[in-house]
Amino acid sequence: MKVLVPVKRVVDYNVKVRVKSDGTGVDIANVKMSMNPFDEIAVEEAVRLREKGVVTEVIAVSCGVTQCTETLRTAMAIGADRAILVETNAELQPLAVAKLLKALAEKEGPHLFIMGKQAIDDDSNQTGQMLAALLDWPQATFASKVEMTGDTVNVTREVDGGLETLALQLPAVVTTDLRLNEPRYVTLPNIMKAKKKPLDEKTPADYGVDVTPRLSVAKTTEPEARKAGVIVKTVDELVAKLKEAGAI
Amino acid sequence: MAVLLLAEVTDGALSMDATAKAVSAAAKLGDVTVLCAGAKAADAAKEAATIAGVSKVLCAEDALYGHRLAEPTAALIVSLAGSYSHIVAPATTDAKNILPRVAALLDVMVLSDVTAVVDADTFERPIYAGNAIQTVKSSDAKKVITFRTSTFDAAATGGSASVENIGAADNPGLSAWVEDKTATSDRPELTSAGIVVSGGRGVGSKDDFAIIEALADKLGAAVGASRAAVDSGYAPNDWQVGQTGKVVAPNLYVAVGISGAIQHLAGMKDSKVIVAINKDEEAPIFQVADFGLVADLFSAVPELTGKL
Ligand SMILES: Cc1cc2nc3c(=O)[nH]c(=O)nc-3n(C[C@H](O)[C@H](O)[C@H](O)COP(=O)(O)OP(=O)(O)OC[C@H]3O[C@@H](n4cnc5c(N)ncnc54)[C@H](O)[C@@H]3O)c2cc1C
Repeated sequence: MKVLVPVKRVVDYNVKVRVKSDGTGVDIANVKMSMNPFDEIAVEEAVRLREKGVVTEVIAVSCGVTQCTETLRTAMAIGADRAILVETNAELQPLAVAKLLKALAEKEGPHLFIMGKQAIDDDSNQTGQMLAALLDWPQATFASKVEMTGDTVNVTREVDGGLETLALQLPAVVTTDLRLNEPRYVTLPNIMKAKKKPLDEKTPADYGVDVTPRLSVAKTTEPEARKAGVIVKTVDELVAKLKEAGAI
Repeated sequence: MAVLLLAEVTDGALSMDATAKAVSAAAKLGDVTVLCAGAKAADAAKEAATIAGVSKVLCAEDALYGHRLAEPTAALIVSLAGSYSHIVAPATTDAKNILPRVAALLDVMVLSDVTAVVDADTFERPIYAGNAIQTVKSSDAKKVITFRTSTFDAAATGGSASVENIGAADNPGLSAWVEDKTATSDRPELTSAGIVVSGGRGVGSKDDFAIIEALADKLGAAVGASRAAVDSGYAPNDWQVGQTGKVVAPNLYVAVGISGAIQHLAGMKDSKVIVAINKDEEAPIFQVADFGLVADLFSAVPELTGKL
C-alpha cells in the first residue's frame, strides 16, 4: 500500500513576518524556511504506518520553487522512501495544488493521502478537502488518530465539540491535526541517507494542469496594533482596573 | 446577488451565534437563503427563519446528514448551487471540512476565514497567524466563503422567513460515522462567550486546571487553553485557542500561565480587554495585555477568584 504525503515549504513558525511598507505582500527575503509543521506530522504518521508494516511505500510530494527539494529531503530524512517535486515559480493556490495532486494520484495509484490540515503561511485549510472532492474519495480532516484495518481507515477528528471518529473506505484523504503524533528529530545519518533517495522532478505542464491563480491580492496590510497596557502590582488593583474598564 | 448560507446545525440544534454572525456578513452580499441540514433539522430551520436578513430557509432533514459527513453534505450543496452567486458558512470545523469540497466540485477557490466584505468579489482575510491582512479579489464565477465569526456582530432576530423542505441529494456512500466524544458543559460556548479564561503550560497539570475553571465559573466565563496545555493533556482539544484552534474575541480574555506565542495571539488578540497573569515579566503576552499581573498563578488566581 502506497501513501502520498504532500509537503509545503513555508516561513518557519518561529518567524514573525513583516508586511512590506508598500502593501504588496509580506517580506520573506532571507527568513528561515521550514516544512509546514502539519506536513511534518503527516510524514511522521505515514512513516510510522510503514514501520508497522501497514504501508509499503511513502512518497513525499512538493509543489513549488526549486528550493522545495530541501523540504523533500527533510521528508526523506524523517523516512519517506522517495520524493517528487512539481517545480514551478508560479504562485500556487490550494485548488491548483489539489489538481496537481490529483494528477499525481492517477499516475502513482496511492491508497491514501496524509497531508497537513492547513499551511501556516496562507492559513487556507482547503487542499486536502479539495483533493478528496476531485478524486471522489472520502475525507477525514483534522485527524488526531489514524487506524488502518483492511480496506478501511478509522480516523478520529478534532472538531469544535470534541472528537468524532469516522470510518473511510480506501482510497482516502486524511489531514492531520496537532495531536496526531510528535514528529521525530531527524538524525545526521538519516539526513545523509536522504540525500541518496530518489527525487523526481516534474512540472505542472507534465500533468497538463492549469495552475492560474483564482484569487488576486489587491493589498496586504498590518493588522491593527493593540495599545500598550499597564502592569498592576496586586490582585486588588487588577480587580479595581477591571471594574473601572467595565470588563466585570 | 443570491447567497446560500450553510447553517451550523449540531444534532438537530441550530448554533444561533455562529449562524447569525455569518448572516450579518452574508447580508452585505445579497439575499440570504439559509440551508439547515441534519437528521433532524426542522427546529433549527424554524429558528433560523427568525434571523433578521434571512429571506428563505431550506430544510434538508434526512438521516444522511445526521453527522454532517463532508461527502453527502457537499453533494447536497452542489445540487443547490446553481441559483446562488455566493456559498458561505461560519468558519466552524464543520464548514471548514465541507466547503472546500463544495468549491473543488464547482472548480472554484474558497476564501477562508474572511474578516471583512469589501464588495461582492473582494474580501479581507488574515494570513500568517493574523500578522498580515490580505485584501483578495476572486475571479471565480461563484464565491465560496467561510466567515470568521469573531469579527462580525450577530444579526438580530425578529425575522419571519419562509421554510421550504427539500429532499436529500445523492449519497456518495464513501464514509461512515462511528462515534462522537463530546463533553457537555453548563459553561458558555467558547466562541460566543463574553468572558474567556484560558490556561497554559504554566498551570502544570490537569488537576490544577481546576484553578482556571474555578475563576471561569466565578466570572460565568468559558474556559480556553493554549496548545501546550492541550498537548500536555491538561485540557481537551476543543478548548484550544489560536491560529489552528478557535478564534475568540470576548469582552474579557484572561490568559493564565500562557507565554503569548504568535500562534496563541492569533486566536485572542481581538478581545476587547486582555488580562495576563504570568510569573515571567518578559513574557510576550504582556505586550498585548491591557492589564498585566506578574505573579505566581497558584496564589494570584485563587486570590482573584476569591475577590470577585
Ligand atoms: C503549527 C503550529 C500551530 C500552533 N497552533 C497553536 C494554537 O492554535 N494555539 C496555541 O496556543 N498555540 C499554538 N501553537 C503553539 C505555540 O507556538 C506555543 O508553543 C504555545 O502557545 C505555548 O503554550 P503556553 O504559552 O501555554 O506554553 P509556554 O510557552 O511554555 O508558556 C508557559 C508560560 O507559563 C508561565 N508560567 C509557568 N509557571 C507559572 C506560574 N506558576 N505562574 C505564572 N506563570 C507561570 C511561564 O512564564 C510561561 O510564560 C502552535 C504551534 C505550531 C508549530
